Amino acid sequence: MTAKKTDKKDKKDKRIGLFVCHCGVNIAGVVDVEKVAETMKDYPGVSFSANYVYMCSDPGQQMIIDTIKEKHLDGIIVAACSPTLHEKTFQEAARLAGLNPYQIEIANIREQDSWVHTDKAKATKKAVKIVKSHVAKALQNESLEPVKVDVNRRALIIGGGVSGLQAALDIADHGYEVILVEKNPSIGGKMIQLSETFPTLDCSQCILTPKMVEVSRHPRIKLLTYHEVDSVSGFVGNFKVKIRKKPRYVDETLCNLCGECEKVCPQVVSDEFNMGLAFRKAIYMPFPQAIPGTYTLDAEHCLGLTPVRCGKCKDVCDKKAIDYDMKETIIEEEVGAVVVATGYDLYTMQAIGEYGGEKYEDVINGLEFERILSASGPTGGVIRRPSDGQVPKSIVFVQCTGSRDTEKHNPYCSKICCMYTAKHAMMYRHRVPDGQATVFYIDVRTGGKAFDEFYQRTIEEDRVLYIRGKVSKIFKEGDKLIVWGVDTLTGKKVEVEADMVVLAMAMVKADGVMDLLKKLKIATDIHGFLAEAHPKLRPVESLNAGFYLAGCAHGPKDIPEAVAQASAAAAKVGDLFAQKELSHDPTIVPVNDELCSGCGICISMCPYSARSLDLERGVAVVNEILCEGCGACAAACPCGAAQQRNQTDSQIYSMLTAMLGE
Amino acid sequence: MTMFEPQIMCFLCKWCTSAAADAAGTSRMHYAPNNVNLRVMCSSRIDPQHILYAFKEGADGVFIGGCHPGDCHYVEGNYKTLRRVTLFKKILQDLGIDPKRLRLEWISAAEGKKYAETMDEFASQIQALGPLQLKEKALAREVVKDE
Repeated sequence: MTAKKTDKKDKKDKRIGLFVCHCGVNIAGVVDVEKVAETMKDYPGVSFSANYVYMCSDPGQQMIIDTIKEKHLDGIIVAACSPTLHEKTFQEAARLAGLNPYQIEIANIREQDSWVHTDKAKATKKAVKIVKSHVAKALQNESLEPVKVDVNRRALIIGGGVSGLQAALDIADHGYEVILVEKNPSIGGKMIQLSETFPTLDCSQCILTPKMVEVSRHPRIKLLTYHEVDSVSGFVGNFKVKIRKKPRYVDETLCNLCGECEKVCPQVVSDEFNMGLAFRKAIYMPFPQAIPGTYTLDAEHCLGLTPVRCGKCKDVCDKKAIDYDMKETIIEEEVGAVVVATGYDLYTMQAIGEYGGEKYEDVINGLEFERILSASGPTGGVIRRPSDGQVPKSIVFVQCTGSRDTEKHNPYCSKICCMYTAKHAMMYRHRVPDGQATVFYIDVRTGGKAFDEFYQRTIEEDRVLYIRGKVSKIFKEGDKLIVWGVDTLTGKKVEVEADMVVLAMAMVKADGVMDLLKKLKIATDIHGFLAEAHPKLRPVESLNAGFYLAGCAHGPKDIPEAVAQASAAAAKVGDLFAQKELSHDPTIVPVNDELCSGCGICISMCPYSARSLDLERGVAVVNEILCEGCGACAAACPCGAAQQRNQTDSQIYSMLTAMLGE
Repeated sequence: MTMFEPQIMCFLCKWCTSAAADAAGTSRMHYAPNNVNLRVMCSSRIDPQHILYAFKEGADGVFIGGCHPGDCHYVEGNYKTLRRVTLFKKILQDLGIDPKRLRLEWISAAEGKKYAETMDEFASQIQALGPLQLKEKALAREVVKDE
């Protein structure tokens, strides 16, 4: 895994070649290129110095190749344009001549000299200084080879919502093994709780369950539900993962879903799948299509796990599937890539006290309304309000609850609420034709395929009333909820009476996800959503190599976007796995054991966790694959033990002397 | 009388300010040729000792260019640079070097114009401060000691 360093010559013996480019008149029009080449001819270390009209042309490159061979050069400087343009070209030419590409220096005398100055004498003098500094550096350059490492072609997906499922299926279909970890008893995520999906009104369960089944039956997907990732160590291509198996107390291979246990269980608790709008037993199946199809015993609420055992469910289980002595276990897996698809949660009602979400049963959030709309929900799809089961004759929907509020709540737009509120209002009007639907909004954002048409239909066909303005307070009078708001188009205060209020709560980072992300050591933005490596060009990769992002863990998005991102992340994992071995830029910052005092300062400097302390030897060690070569540690090391390859302190000092001191 | 021509040593990060210097060139923005550049991967590679060494070797001003806060290619290198430079300016004061001779700017790859303008501005600022002549002063002190 270590970079090979070869033919390290003493700098006194090194033979450096200099090639000064005219770039037509681009350089030669201002900088006296012949004078530069002539001045440098007798400079210490320079064995050859020439100028040519276009160094990047084929004859120019051939000249470099031939000269390297003829003059037995150990390093070359091409004084030309910015290294961002032709560094690769000249490195390749040097490689063809048998010279290590890390022995090539580009002296930028065009963008940073001839193009920005007009005084020819001064620009020429500056060009000489620039070239000298690169000679000083080249004399100390080492020949390097890219760091190589093997890839373990298995992927870990964290999260079994629609994004995680899609990523798992795609990667498995590419032909690689996948381990899918879900903390809940079943896969399906938030999407399985939804009723219809905008703008097509597809039944959410109907479109997701086939994917869930496919995942559970895929020969290359290992499905681990009711498991949590405990730790991830290692680096891209070579992660070691510890996964905690939570005891289900029911052997999923034996359980035949007869349901006898549930019938006899005396413990009735709030049902999370139905957002607390219904009840379940302590031994339960989250929902009928749950995968894996097995009962789970919720230890927190079960009486049987306490010293005085209830034991009713065990008594009725013919299959002997229930085992109260099941213990938590740790599974270890090795993978090469990790897709983080940990999803989101809704902003809490407590955060916005003035809307009364905590106080009034009939003030509910969007996900609760989804359950009320759902045919498999607590009301069988009939819209009834939670307090008394009456069909509400008026519902007020409040958009941007906790979103787009820079002062008190979340400054960002939660993106999906405009569309799902339109859908909620439409579904309500379809099912309660004489009901009044009122929507308070700040703006209606309908950027998406067929989204605006859907919104127009809500207003025109389903006659939902949209009021532009925010809601200030929601309170109860008699059995009615009173919504105070403002209509900013008329500038008047508004008061609307409602039987039920649905708050489109902001999407926030998943509850408890920060602990996991800390273990993974991947970065988030200030809101706790995953940070991408580049907002435009690397949107599905984490800055930490080997980690990929999918779904709402990265920020609010709708289902098609989450699925597209999951597929993109899967494709990126495919890119990684398609490589024979990974190679990495070797200009990293190794540790000189003889100088290192083991103080650990460099470890705290590293944003990639590439450095750690070898406690036995008392020195810092660097993982060459993780090190990105920023050099922050090199600047911080008090002993000079951390030196960046081909940009050592000694090289920097020599360059400074060459530019300033002569 | 000929004007004093300051020498300015620029440390530029590869991803932002060096790219801005290239962009200034591509757009043919002219500025005074007082500077020489050293490209580093990240501004956080710059050790305060490098800055001191540049002054010792004859620089009248030292410029450090990095990415804007939040834009660092290496997540947070520019914050490290900011902390080091802020502290080091205090040390420069103690060493008898005007901290104004050290300048840190965030210049993104898109800000070629800002780079060109900053170069001119910094050059005239250093011109006003006059030559630093650290080496000459040090040598003079040696002579006094010998006598």
